[in-house]
Amino acid sequence: MTIESVDPDDVTAADILGSAIERREDPALITGDAEYTDDIQLADMAHMSVVRSQYGHARIEDVDTSEAEAMDGVVGVYTHDDLAREDTPGEAPFNLPVGWLLPSLNDVDHPILADGKVRYQGDAIAIVVAEQRYQAADAAGAVDVSYERLDAVTDPDEALSGDARQLHADADDNVAFDWEIGDAEKTAAAFEDASHTASIELTNQLVIPNAMEPRAAVADYHPGTDELEVFMTSQNPHLHRLLMSGVIGHPEHKLRVKAPEVGGGFGSKIHHYADETLVAWCSKLLDRPVKWTATRSETYQTDALGRGHETEAEIAMDDDGDVIGLRVDTRANLGAYLSTFAPAVPTYLYGTLLSGQYDIPAIHGHVTGAFTNVPPVDAYRGAGRPEASFVVERLMNRAAHEMGMDPAEFRRRNFVPDEAFPYETQVAVVYDSGEYEKPMDEALDLLDYEDFRDRQKEAREEGRYLGVGFSCYIEACGLAPSELAGQLGAQAGLWESSLVRFHPSGTVTAFCGTSGHGQGHATTYAQIVANELGVDYDDVEIVEGDTDEIPHGMGTYGSRSAAVGGSSLVKSARKVVDKAREIAAHSLEADPDDVEFENGEFRIVGAPDRSIGIQSVAEQAYLAHDMPDDMEPGLEATSFYDPDNFVFPFGTHAAIVEVDPETGEIEFEKYVAVDDVGNQINPKIVEGQIHGGVAQGVGQALYEGAEYDDNGTLLTGSMQDYAVPKAEHVPEMDTASTVTPSPHNPLGVKGVGEAGTIAAPQAIVNAVTDALEPFGVDHIEMPMTPERVWRAVDASATADGGHDPEDGTADGGDR
Amino acid sequence: MFPDEFDYYEATSVDEAIDLLAEHSGAETELLAGGHSLLPAMKSGLSSPDVLIDVGGIDDLHGVSVDGDTLVVGAMTSYSDLLDADAAHKHAPAFAAAVGQVGDEQVRNRGTIGGNLAHADPASDLPGAALASDATIVAEGPNGEREIPIDDYFFGMYATALDPGELVTRVEIPSAAGAAGAYAKKPSPSSGYAMVGIAALVETDGGTVTSARVGANGVLDHGVRLEAVEEALVGGSLDQESIEAAAAVATDGIDEAMMMSDLQASAEFRATLLEAYTKRALRATAENAAPRAAD
Ligand SMILES: Cc1cc2nc3c(=O)[nH]c(=O)nc-3n(C[C@H](O)[C@H](O)[C@H](O)COP(=O)(O)OP(=O)(O)OC[C@H]3O[C@@H](n4cnc5c(N)ncnc54)[C@H](O)[C@@H]3O)c2cc1C
Repeated sequence: MTIESVDPDDVTAADILGSAIERREDPALITGDAEYTDDIQLADMAHMSVVRSQYGHARIEDVDTSEAEAMDGVVGVYTHDDLAREDTPGEAPFNLPVGWLLPSLNDVDHPILADGKVRYQGDAIAIVVAEQRYQAADAAGAVDVSYERLDAVTDPDEALSGDARQLHADADDNVAFDWEIGDAEKTAAAFEDASHTASIELTNQLVIPNAMEPRAAVADYHPGTDELEVFMTSQNPHLHRLLMSGVIGHPEHKLRVKAPEVGGGFGSKIHHYADETLVAWCSKLLDRPVKWTATRSETYQTDALGRGHETEAEIAMDDDGDVIGLRVDTRANLGAYLSTFAPAVPTYLYGTLLSGQYDIPAIHGHVTGAFTNVPPVDAYRGAGRPEASFVVERLMNRAAHEMGMDPAEFRRRNFVPDEAFPYETQVAVVYDSGEYEKPMDEALDLLDYEDFRDRQKEAREEGRYLGVGFSCYIEACGLAPSELAGQLGAQAGLWESSLVRFHPSGTVTAFCGTSGHGQGHATTYAQIVANELGVDYDDVEIVEGDTDEIPHGMGTYGSRSAAVGGSSLVKSARKVVDKAREIAAHSLEADPDDVEFENGEFRIVGAPDRSIGIQSVAEQAYLAHDMPDDMEPGLEATSFYDPDNFVFPFGTHAAIVEVDPETGEIEFEKYVAVDDVGNQINPKIVEGQIHGGVAQGVGQALYEGAEYDDNGTLLTGSMQDYAVPKAEHVPEMDTASTVTPSPHNPLGVKGVGEAGTIAAPQAIVNAVTDALEPFGVDHIEMPMTPERVWRAVDASATADGGHDPEDGTADGGDR
Repeated sequence: MFPDEFDYYEATSVDEAIDLLAEHSGAETELLAGGHSLLPAMKSGLSSPDVLIDVGGIDDLHGVSVDGDTLVVGAMTSYSDLLDADAAHKHAPAFAAAVGQVGDEQVRNRGTIGGNLAHADPASDLPGAALASDATIVAEGPNGEREIPIDDYFFGMYATALDPGELVTRVEIPSAAGAAGAYAKKPSPSSGYAMVGIAALVETDGGTVTSARVGANGVLDHGVRLEAVEEALVGGSLDQESIEAAAAVATDGIDEAMMMSDLQASAEFRATLLEAYTKRALRATAENAAPRAAD
């Protein structure tokens, strides 16, 4: 049921919104025509290379730069001391700020070059600038750093144990924050009343983001105007401008941040890092352009990691199998420093989703953030929401098993009912809309569920182990409104801004403050604007990613672009239409109230032959020879759109797997994804996002995991050792959708960028534990490598005193 | 990412390559074949030769031919070129099957048979297949040509019987046109290299196994023959039962303490994989035996 792409030329303007047209950006991306940051070559450009800590935790005794400084082509070598020198630019703190505050947060210093101490392998110690990239890299290798090694800790529980070496003087026992949500007492009471409970202990492992394009920056300082231009791999140029301005002390209005084509981010290009900032500082210092591009090894060592939770969770049921309480305790690994949005991810983006799709009357979540000697941990595709959904959906499986109920039926009976929306959860959010049974029904249908349970039974008799796993996920996208974000600690608003501008010829440029990096905004935004204005899709150009061209912006992350950016474009386009209507009425000699607008034409109500097209109105607006009284010439509008609420996409994913207990190998028989992301602007792009998202979720479930040794040394430091899923590892997917529009934005859209990644891991883990139910295996940590699966089977068999699955109680139950 | 500086020479003949090796014997010198092991090692800083001698363009070292009962493979023959040669599939079924599972299309277009066997990466696919195929490595150096039986060739990780001044010129494989072969591999999901890889070459006469050679990759620090399996097979038939029985002794004679152990798979788990993949290789061999017998 793959969706067929459509040629936009075959779609009329009236049908463009919602049509599966091909992505207009693809030819350039595929042929190599697109310009990425590293493609930028400026005259007299120098190259920066970063000297990084070899160790996870150490005191720096000495940095000897003399040999490096004497090498061919080296322009300069700089350490922390050089930042503060009087003859170098800026008097700034040279500290990376955190963009989300919690009341209990220990906001520790994060110097852009190490100030006497390094706290993770890859922490920046010095920078080298040279004429050529090779020279910079060679000279960086010649910088001689003397370390005094310190004990390292990489596990959050150990870090918090009181026995671990403290990373920061002002964070006792490595506690970054202590946070809770929900009602502890009410939840405790629910557990006392419960007739059944189930619990789980799990790890949500650290993963490396692996954007295809490594981080990069080119800075070009113009001393004549004091303007500093920075091209960089950014998901949010305006935020980067604001943060960078503060870090290096360069005025915001003389700083231009531009994101050329950006090759993926998955969150890793939201955050503000030292490297890009140092490039900007060097360009100012040296009065010449400077470039830095991370090597893949550097991205492995320095891109903010994702996930990293240790969790215990419990669920309480009454006699009928209704969930009456849920309790979660999580220790979140934050890494060595607080990355830009790090405090929000394991708290407000996690705790608020602990109700899942279920009507749960009492919930309590407690999260402790821990500093450890791994790179900073921050938002990664899904950010907090996958961790929540993983806990809830693993628990729902355990609970169904405890109740002796079918896992699908158990979920269904606990769904928030359709008539309860908008539904206020016990964890501070209000779900906008939902019809949770629909995707579940569709998924069961696609799975041929009844038949599967029969097949499963038969297979077990032949010694083959099939399993099915469900994931009924909920997601929250487009965090809003700004007032709420502010109350929760955000140091930024979460609106979006746009500008829609007609040109005199009738073509349109629309500027939006989001910043796409692979999502297809140039296509979907043009669909939105063309639809609102009634002009040809080809007449609309989209511009993102430039602080000088775009009024303002918050960027692209958290699946917010369609719901917030798209809605902002609608708002601007409607303002344009309002003005155009007045001009049209003036030229038709009618009252604006009598002029209707449809398919790009203004018509007098009741006199349909008297009309004028909006593109002609645009021409008139710029000629300005005959405008309504007091009306300014031109035809454009800017808006700032602040949504009323988040949007809450949802769906049911399900996997059928076969597990070979002898080798621990897992094969997919089927993967079903039924998603409700509200109205769809472009179903082909929706499908693509689901595919990519599921692939990433498969990666976390089966292959990926950042491994560190006790010294904080990264063991999975390259793609040779860290398994990013390849095409052969990703199952065929049956995708389908249901549509429950969001009631509170003009497009009725939700979000789709993260859905697959949020949904997939627990569907797969639930399927594998279902398959291995006869062996008594009820949990396997991710990534479920063949060895882990094999050990789980082995351990359960041993624990059972040689349990033989063939004569066990293979009753098709589920764990 | 950035290899250190090196000098580069292009040899146009075997003699020139040997002369260049002698000339630069004082420096750290590497022959460059397909570059698909060497260049990644140089870029990641694991290898930093002063001198590279490119032998990939020597015409005499390319091509697959049959000389009497022997399949002759030029050392610089790419995997793809070998796979395109019908003779390779006919005379060296286990070897060809292993070559077909090396890396991906791009790797197979660039990497070479001789480069692989010279490199002797224990997780690569050819050592076990060369052992199963009873190959002979032909090397040439300042003292002329010599033949190294494969059983005397692999020493350890990246270590072979080759002398520093020598290069591999060809690989000779006795024809196994009457036998059946297969290769079963558990690829690492990250690198694609073999966590274990088992090559089997089995000859039968009237349903009875008359000879069997089984070679394994990824188990020890060098390719190894599974002699216990071979012995178990001979005299039996290649049916399900005898395959199970033979695979059950896959780890016999292999010291678990010497078994490879890494992030991907512990020694203990490798032993499990060794048995499972031996079974798969033998099953595939049995399947291949049927159509070949019909030829
Ligand atoms: C992405 C990727 C995936 C891969 N996957 C696999 C896989 O799944 N299975 C597998 O088996 N391999 C794999 N490889 C390795 C690949 O097969 C290499 O091509 C092979 O190991 C080496 O052959 P080469 O011709 O490239 O040799 P080179 O890299 O050029 O040389 C390797 C070494 O052999 C020496 N050498 C080369 N030729 C000679 C000669 N004639 N005489 C003496 N010494 C010589 C060189 O000096 C060097 O030390 C992979 C490589 C890559 C890049």
